[in-house]
Amino acid sequence: MNFFTAIVRRDLVLALRNRNEVVNPLAFFMIVIALFPLAVSPETAVLSKIAPGIIWVAALLATLLSLDGLFKSDFDDGSLEQILVSPQSLALLAIGKVLSHWLMSGFLLALLSPLLAIMLFLPSQAVGALVGSLLLGTPTLSLIGAIGAALTVGLRKGGVLISLLVLPLYIPVLIFGAGAVQAGVMGMPIAGYLALLGAMMVFSLMFAPFAIAAALKLSIRN
Amino acid sequence: MFTVKNLSCERDDRVLFSQLHFTVQAGEILQIEGQNGSGKTSLLRILCGLSSSFEGNISWRGQDTQAHHAAYCQQLLYVGHHAGVKAALTAEENLRWMQTLQPLLNKGSLTDALRQVGLMGYEDVPCYTLSAGQQRRVSLARLYLSSHPLWILDEPFTALDKKGVVEKEQLIVRHVRNGGGCILTTHHDFDLPDVTIRRLNLDQLSAA
Repeated sequence: MNFFTAIVRRDLVLALRNRNEVVNPLAFFMIVIALFPLAVSPETAVLSKIAPGIIWVAALLATLLSLDGLFKSDFDDGSLEQILVSPQSLALLAIGKVLSHWLMSGFLLALLSPLLAIMLFLPSQAVGALVGSLLLGTPTLSLIGAIGAALTVGLRKGGVLISLLVLPLYIPVLIFGAGAVQAGVMGMPIAGYLALLGAMMVFSLMFAPFAIAAALKLSIRN
Repeated sequence: MFTVKNLSCERDDRVLFSQLHFTVQAGEILQIEGQNGSGKTSLLRILCGLSSSFEGNISWRGQDTQAHHAAYCQQLLYVGHHAGVKAALTAEENLRWMQTLQPLLNKGSLTDALRQVGLMGYEDVPCYTLSAGQQRRVSLARLYLSSHPLWILDEPFTALDKKGVVEKEQLIVRHVRNGGGCILTTHHDFDLPDVTIRRLNLDQLSAA
């Protein structure tokens, strides 16, 4: 457990010292959403109708954008090698790194989302569903994305490959995440959607760490 | 205590070395020599378990290192080509992280280790402001903390100044005298009294 808290603390310190890595995806998230009223239509009726989809797609792409660097710097400076020749568990490392990645991406996206919901005239009864679905859905995005990041860390240009590998696996999360917000807009119960998002999170939390560990080993030992 | 039998490695259809046999006993230094590209780093990575493109047997205290990887890693300190130093962290934070990774990095205090590598006064600045040699020193500071029986060092003397090289040599000698083993690659000629230094030249092997 000591090792786990040490990883989370170290990655958070690193994130706070390289602030642009944290701010870039968030800025991307906000800019993409801010462009829609300009490009589609500034009308309340149109925007509030497409808001759930836009916010979820933007959150997904912002997460994807932030994933590229997840293991890159550790790979480049030899830290990953050191972890591999240490007696510590790689799966635990994976969970720790994903947790701090999520705190600096998905969690902040969820906190920002009410602001963007207002901008897109999302009915106020759906804001709870939006924040809840993002809080439950983005950890899955980080966990699955980390598998892709671990597989491509040894490649010089892995960015596009990550998207190709990971995006198909993101689709269920996107469907149920945006679906939860839609249901919230229509005043229908959202518990079922949230339960499914939670189930996907638990499922990926169980298996992704081992997949990430195996992928990291593969990337280093190539 | 460290035995290698029949080790062969092939990379990109080129045989780097084949049928390699050697042992390292407690109290011995094995110096691996060879031209650039002769496979020194590949050999060290294989010995550490960082590469699996090989055939043959590597055993540590009678146990296969692949089958007992976790137990072997516990005993091993590897300092590679890349320093493993995080540029955004300070020297002290880097060492503390290394200590978390390696439970056997427990000898003495961090401040002592940093003083001995001559980084006193630099412990609180981020490592990207340090020179290449100083970053190497941060990475090598862990040798002062180490109670691992086996050290595997890849070019430990690069970027160090003369005084630094002498200090690291003495450190390696002290480690070996205390019953440790050390495998290293370097172009540097050791001239150390009463320490067994074996040499393994990868060029001669491929020529033979």
